[in-house]
Amino acid sequence: MAFDSKRYARRHRVDGVVTGLCLFSALSGLFVLGLILGTLLWNGLAGLGLAVFTEMTPPPGSKGGLLNAIAGSLIMTILGVAVGTPIGILAGTYMAEYGRHSKLTSVVRFINDILLSAPSIVIGLFVYTIMVAPFGGYSALAGAFSLAVIVIPIVVRTTEDMLLLVPNTLREAASALGMPRVKVISSISYRAARSGMITGVLLAIARVSGETAPLLFTALGNQFWSTDLTAPMASLPVVIFKFALSPYADWRQLAWTGALLITFAVLALSISARVIGQKRQS
Amino acid sequence: MDSTAAQSTVASRDARAQALSWLRRSDTIFRLVTHGAALLVLGLLGAVVLSLIGGAMPALRTFGLAFFTVDDWNPVADTFGSIAPIYGTLVTSIIAMLIAVPIGFGIAIFLTELCPPVLRRPVGIAVELLAGIPSIIYGIWGLFVLAPWLQTTVQPALIYVFSGVPILSSLFAGPPFGIGVLTAAIILSIMVLPFITAVSRDVFETVPPMLKESAYGLGCTRWEVVWNIVIPFTRVGVIGGVMLALGRALGETMAVTFVVGNAQRLSVSILQPGTTISATIANEFAEATGGLYQSALIALGLLLFVLTFVVLALARLLLARLDVKAGK
Repeated sequence: MAFDSKRYARRHRVDGVVTGLCLFSALSGLFVLGLILGTLLWNGLAGLGLAVFTEMTPPPGSKGGLLNAIAGSLIMTILGVAVGTPIGILAGTYMAEYGRHSKLTSVVRFINDILLSAPSIVIGLFVYTIMVAPFGGYSALAGAFSLAVIVIPIVVRTTEDMLLLVPNTLREAASALGMPRVKVISSISYRAARSGMITGVLLAIARVSGETAPLLFTALGNQFWSTDLTAPMASLPVVIFKFALSPYADWRQLAWTGALLITFAVLALSISARVIGQKRQS
Repeated sequence: MDSTAAQSTVASRDARAQALSWLRRSDTIFRLVTHGAALLVLGLLGAVVLSLIGGAMPALRTFGLAFFTVDDWNPVADTFGSIAPIYGTLVTSIIAMLIAVPIGFGIAIFLTELCPPVLRRPVGIAVELLAGIPSIIYGIWGLFVLAPWLQTTVQPALIYVFSGVPILSSLFAGPPFGIGVLTAAIILSIMVLPFITAVSRDVFETVPPMLKESAYGLGCTRWEVVWNIVIPFTRVGVIGGVMLALGRALGETMAVTFVVGNAQRLSVSILQPGTTISATIANEFAEATGGLYQSALIALGLLLFVLTFVVLALARLLLARLDVKAGK
């Protein structure tokens, strides 16, 4: 078998081309991220001022702020996370501590993973049919509930994963000292897995604070200041959706500013979640 | 004196028994509560399915199977056939995958084989940040930045280049609107890119170094190692990751609603406005008056849920098979 230098050159050419394409893919991914953040900063900063945080959403054609939308988003996110987190942590605890090898756990894990990526608009429809239609009205409660439905699978997943990382020898040592199971879980497992579980909750907050689809026909939206949980409530994503698609320049500017606020809040949350999660590993 | 000592031991024994039984009780209660929470997750899925089926029944009973096969979405006449949004959902998702899969693989190969170790974490995190950006942000960016750019540069070029080619000319038929099926697909491809990249990077890292080193030792180029060793070894996981991304793309709502154009009609050209299941629901549900209209939209939601459920379930099963193989 003689050395085929043509073939050798071709193989290296192919390798070079593929290497170039891979490099190009990575660069284009980074470029798109930079482009999105850049345009957000450029367009969003133009409208960022004190008025955004002190005034209500305006009627078309006049200036205003996003105060009611920001407040509404905060209220519904806090409520949703407050309802979803305990349920998620408890379910994750069952899966990792009590029923580690049970049939129920593997079924719940499978279903949970599907709920994790289920389209959020379907969650909106679900909450509409069980909370809005029967009680005859859109409400902030329904909005918060739909966010809770999105929070639960995220928290279940991270809680289970983090508890499974806790070494069994720790649990056995605690049990050998005579601790009941509930004490072992609350003082040993939870403590060892704490930072990972906090990461999960932060990721869940980041995820729901940008959610729009499930709020469209649960919390609906509100032009005015409202803290009534049984009435429609404004939220930042829904306001962005409505304002961005409008023909009014003032509204569009507010939409960009709102988009900037949400993006940086969400990115700050996910970066801090990552930092906390990393501390654990080191 | 003896009797008081005996009394105190009895008292402490009682206290001990009490404390023990309280602990046992609290243990049982906690176990039952966590068990209940786990069952609640199952109940949640059941409730979603049941409520959607219940809501969809009137429309499905009225139109039967024709609901899914007829192109007629007419809220005024109260007749609904949803082939246009179904078609739009499938086409946007498929085009999105055609764009995102090669690029996602490219980034994953870059991260596992080419990237200097110092850059590996920052690049990986940057790509994952793309997954963190809310979908409404992609929507507003797509509408005001991407769509105008496509309208003035890419779309006229596509129309011009393919104008003489038999099949492609109808696929890329003008005029350039900016918004439309192709724009939605491009936005979707950016959104699912992090999922494909993350999963393929993770499964590429499961390839035993020994296998790769053996191939390099035989004189394989980097590409030959990737193509002949890494990809065959991780095939199942990679397909799982692609399915996961497909599931996301099918159900993605807000970004698509901004740029797809929301036209209830079937068109062959991917430059024309179209609609998807999720965009139809997002746009029309709050205004849907009349039981049948609302029911038709819920039926669309049910279809979307079933579709994504099947795709995601397949993805999870494939990925679970890989975990077994990797001995996790």
